[in-house]
Amino acid sequence: MSAPVVMQDVTYAYGTGDLARPVLRSVSLRIEPGEIVLLTGPSGSGKTTLLTLVGALRAMQQGAASVLGLDLARASESARTGLRSRIGFIFQQHNLLGFLTARQNVAMALELDGGTTEAERLARAGDMLAAVGLAEHTEKWPDKLSGGQRQRVAVARALVGKPGLVLADEPTAALDKQSGQEVVHLLRDLAKSRGAPILLVTHDPRILDVADRIVSMEDGRIVAADQPMTSSAPAS
Amino acid sequence: MNELLRVAPGGLLPWAPERAGPETLPAAPPPPRVGPSLGFVSLPLRLAWRQLRAEKSRLASAIAGVMFACVLVFMQLGFRAALFDSATALLANMKAELFLIHPLTTASFRPEPFSRVRAYQTLADPEVAQAVPVYLAQATFRNPVDGSRRAVQMIGFDPESGAVQFDGLPPLLDALKRPDTVAFDGLSRPEFGPIAQMFSALPAGEALPVQIGNRRVDIVGLVSIGPSFGADGNAVTNEVNFRRIISERRPTHTDLVALRLTPGADPAAVQARLRALLPADVTVMTHAELVAHERNYWETATPIGFIFAFGSLMGLIVGMVIVYQILFSDISNHLREYATLKAIGYSNFYLARVVMAAALILAGFGFLPGAVVSALMYDAIGAATFLPLGMTMDRGIAVFIMIFTMCGVAGLLAMRKLRAANPADMF
Repeated sequence: MSAPVVMQDVTYAYGTGDLARPVLRSVSLRIEPGEIVLLTGPSGSGKTTLLTLVGALRAMQQGAASVLGLDLARASESARTGLRSRIGFIFQQHNLLGFLTARQNVAMALELDGGTTEAERLARAGDMLAAVGLAEHTEKWPDKLSGGQRQRVAVARALVGKPGLVLADEPTAALDKQSGQEVVHLLRDLAKSRGAPILLVTHDPRILDVADRIVSMEDGRIVAADQPMTSSAPAS
Repeated sequence: MNELLRVAPGGLLPWAPERAGPETLPAAPPPPRVGPSLGFVSLPLRLAWRQLRAEKSRLASAIAGVMFACVLVFMQLGFRAALFDSATALLANMKAELFLIHPLTTASFRPEPFSRVRAYQTLADPEVAQAVPVYLAQATFRNPVDGSRRAVQMIGFDPESGAVQFDGLPPLLDALKRPDTVAFDGLSRPEFGPIAQMFSALPAGEALPVQIGNRRVDIVGLVSIGPSFGADGNAVTNEVNFRRIISERRPTHTDLVALRLTPGADPAAVQARLRALLPADVTVMTHAELVAHERNYWETATPIGFIFAFGSLMGLIVGMVIVYQILFSDISNHLREYATLKAIGYSNFYLARVVMAAALILAGFGFLPGAVVSALMYDAIGAATFLPLGMTMDRGIAVFIMIFTMCGVAGLLAMRKLRAANPADMF
């Protein structure tokens, strides 16, 4: 079995013709099973675009990419939708559905799997919430939870479906230092125990410690792969 | 600083050995999906319901909007049906197999007279048993209480022929043979005066004197026909009395001829023979054709049918806009959440089903109270206007389908907004 994520010479541009503005130039990235990769770089360096390509949220333009065994360059929209259900997404904001309880929100990630019953889904959602330390809060509405708790619900939602890959975009941006630390460590521990690799985009120097590898991007190119902290670490 | 230093040298991280362990294999892909099941409908429906339920005031206003549309459509269709029913009530009461009318007659309240000879010509056919001329004209009726005048539909024919039967007519046959007698329609609008009460207050056998046209006539009894959009009231009389009241009418011309056939005769065959026999100045119609002809006049030749159709359409459009607004703002307010659902593998089609389910929930919840309110309003308005208004199963089903379609179209329009929920913009 090949690596969960293999990107080869991926080039991506916004706009067309003369207005085309390349944001990724021949990017190659490989993520091994169970590996936690942090993607850093200044704004506009293309890291978010790379994340959305890996997450099959955008159609590929040039290059080759295989995510969880799916050839993205040739995949149809429905194949990409299917792939997304095997990826756990964590966003900058929690994006929980306000009209569902924490448990129901987590169970939403399982509803696409036709093979489960409602009772199984709620049980698994409850277990997952217990794993992120929210066993007491499963029936609460999102607006009754703190920011850190909500993001932990989002982590539970991302992981409950046993994803083959977790993608996170600035998961700590809206959190204070302590909550942010808790959330990423939780994410790391849970993903590690399940063997799911993580690709995490962040500006936040406080969470670099969770990484197996730090990939730094600048102007659409990877400037420092496999050599963490040489050029990408903030000077602080 | 501590965290940074821990990652520092050459990627050798404290937990790096875990990379090689057997537990680091990627999680097995989920088992293949089971084909479309009950969840295809029920899960989006439940999600839609939970979303609607979360905002009670918005749900209430949406249901009120659907209910409003529902009542409006019920009222318009009710009036429309009442119009057609009442407009054709007179003709529907005629008990004959075939009818002759002038080809230019568009509606019974404004008939084109034709020669009475045509009635007798039809008797040449061995299967025509009886040909009864019916005279139709409007005359002014003076309200016996306040003296105001109003047009009344006069129906003149031989009451003994049995070709036209109204409720209450049979006991009056002898009384109607006397000169200057009429049977008044007890369901006529109250503007004619409290005729029914005044008549009932008389001792049995006495007649109520009133003025119709320029003639004093006696009301000898009450029949039940009902007002129509063409006439506010009706009065039944015999041929001779009809000509006394409508003195300008020539007896040689009649307005309608009712033909009763011998038992067992085939109306269609007789109709074909009569068509061949009679000149082109009369049309031969079956009873159903006559009623349909009258109805067609009100539907197409007057704006009335159109007005009600238009009113129904406006009700549906207003309801659709309300439902669309509610659904659209629901989607707009939850755009990030919808995009999140798309990002975690929900298809556009799934979310479209959620929106559609929300639309149909609103349709169902708005229709039920709307139908109840409409039924109550039918009773109240029917009592006030003397129009035959009433809730029918057919109309209930028709409006239910319309309201569902209305909400469905609103859902389809609102769905376009789903495209704006682009998960790629979430990062």
